[in-house]
Amino acid sequence: MASIEMSHIVKQYGDGYPAVNDVSLDIADGEFMILVGPSGCGKSTLLRMIVGLEDITSGDMVIAGDRVNDKAPRDRNLSMVFQNYALYPHLSVYENIAFPLRLAKVPDEEVRKRVEEAASVLELKEHLQRKPANLSGGQRQRVAMGRAIVRAADAFLFDEPLSNLDAKLRGQMRTEIARLQRRLGITTVYVTHDQTEAMTLGDRVCVLRKGVIQQVASPRELYEQPVNLFVAGFIGSPPMNFLPATVEGTALSTPFGQVELGQERAEKVKGHELLLVGIRPEYFEDASLVDEAKKPHGSTFTARVDVTEWLGDAQYAYIPYEAPEEVAAQLKELSRELDSDQLRTQAVVSIDSTSRIREGREAEFWLDTRKIHVFDPKTGENLTRDAEAGRKLTEMAAEDRVDQVERAKV
Amino acid sequence: MSTREKVGWGIGGLIIIVYCLFPVAWIISLSFKSSDDIANGQFLPTAFSGENYEQILVGDAAGLFLPALVNSFGICLIATFISCLLSMFAAYAIARLEFPGKKLILSTALAVAIFPVISIVTPLFNLWRQIGLYNTWPGLIIPYLSLTLPISIWTLSAFFREIPWEMEQAAQVDGATPWQAFRKVIVPLAAPGVFTTAIIAFFLAWNDFVYGISLTSTEAARPVPAALGLFSGASQFESPNGPIAAAAVIVTIPVVLLVLLFQRRIVAGLTNGAVKG
Repeated sequence: MASIEMSHIVKQYGDGYPAVNDVSLDIADGEFMILVGPSGCGKSTLLRMIVGLEDITSGDMVIAGDRVNDKAPRDRNLSMVFQNYALYPHLSVYENIAFPLRLAKVPDEEVRKRVEEAASVLELKEHLQRKPANLSGGQRQRVAMGRAIVRAADAFLFDEPLSNLDAKLRGQMRTEIARLQRRLGITTVYVTHDQTEAMTLGDRVCVLRKGVIQQVASPRELYEQPVNLFVAGFIGSPPMNFLPATVEGTALSTPFGQVELGQERAEKVKGHELLLVGIRPEYFEDASLVDEAKKPHGSTFTARVDVTEWLGDAQYAYIPYEAPEEVAAQLKELSRELDSDQLRTQAVVSIDSTSRIREGREAEFWLDTRKIHVFDPKTGENLTRDAEAGRKLTEMAAEDRVDQVERAKV
Repeated sequence: MSTREKVGWGIGGLIIIVYCLFPVAWIISLSFKSSDDIANGQFLPTAFSGENYEQILVGDAAGLFLPALVNSFGICLIATFISCLLSMFAAYAIARLEFPGKKLILSTALAVAIFPVISIVTPLFNLWRQIGLYNTWPGLIIPYLSLTLPISIWTLSAFFREIPWEMEQAAQVDGATPWQAFRKVIVPLAAPGVFTTAIIAFFLAWNDFVYGISLTSTEAARPVPAALGLFSGASQFESPNGPIAAAAVIVTIPVVLLVLLFQRRIVAGLTNGAVKG
């Protein structure tokens, strides 16, 4: 059990490139922290600096009150699950799990007890005598976790542990990890590029971009009050739509018609010529299916639908729009940075699955304007972010966590 | 594959096998020919005789051959052991660590491996005589190391590179010192590689003739290949081909045994299942 405090951590490689740049992050005892970002953002490097496999160029890494910058991995008492599991192929499952205990010269009887305990938690009992080569992907993953939980480590570190599993197994293991973490109440740092994992597992999520922290907050705050274009575009699937807009009084003029902002938000965006409006797909709806009571909260517009995707529980419609040259170029750059390659400027719109809107036709949509955000295209900054509301969301998540840990103990 | 192709491959394979194994078969056949039978002008002996084996194992040539056999085994095994041990550390460092001069070490090793042995034999002969290594086991083990080390380092570093880094890092996080990680994780995983290397190194030393003949003078250190060259017939008019053939067969046996014994270990990929397959 321990907290992890990082202050001004920098990792510079030989060529001077800072893979991690001035990262300060406090992880509370028992907290589940997610490091997330597109490939090359430095999340794995940061994790490896915590565990000691990567040297820290400058800054302080403090675990459980001790500065560990110069400690070897074995002296940090952390356990880690690697992306490719890194099981020892010459040892049986039993010996794989027992490995850390053997190194610590734990007596045989104690080893047997603890390995069997871990094996029963992970349902590995009948596989203990097999070799890793004969196990399925999910079983190997569990062995790797068994090796991590068998000793009383101060914290668990996961490096994209589920990325080698198929989608179904990934979902199962995800809930398994969440349950295990709550049950053991151990500080956990989890690296992933999968935002579903980030949103579902994390108490707090740290979004990294090119080695710099963008925002550390609960999944809800990230979703509803992102600090900038990058976070807004990264969190959420399908991603947030960014439409070019210009200010006209208290309204914005967008390719999808006028969007009313209201006095307060209009004040915040004043003085900018060109803006980007961020609208999540679910803020749209098929206008014919919207309650009369809700209608005044948004605006309606007509657009031609390019493609629709019906998924059973939801339906997505794609609406192409024209964007000025400079905005289009910037959106393209952003989507490249987020590991996706958007070819055309189009909005993804989530509509009710019963909607009769079909591709190739004009249709009327309704847009909920209450939760939209307005970004400065030059700096990427979110101009309408409500920091207070965001803080409350994260506080709520922290309270939930305390509550869950208490319950898991009973 | 069509029948025609199969037949083609079969015939091709057969030609290669015959080409490779014919000299071996000839030597075996020769070793069973008695001294008057040697020039019988046919492939098989007229009558199988153990005369040649008798001569080298208990007869006149035994004094020359048996100590040489002991020398060869002793010297080659020691040289193999030392070279495996040294090359394991060297190869590990080369595969895992970044240090200045890494390329230099590898290319020097290669240069040593292709350096003509014959050109250093004479200086070595003089040096060894002066410092008292001439005609001793260490006097041969040291040059054999120069034969075996380069190739061992090259093969082993290739093996070490195959072992995923994570394996070792996992061990370190689990609480192992670098030495423990090496001994408990890397060495077991590299075992097939070490075996392969040991066998190659052993053969290299076992097959050497130039050092063996030049740096020894008596049965105190003379290895088999050199001893073979010193066999003489019963009289000076008789060629010692029979005993030489018999000795050659005996010398070949350990080599064949080694390969058969460790074939599975060499081939078996132990790293199977270490990472996602």
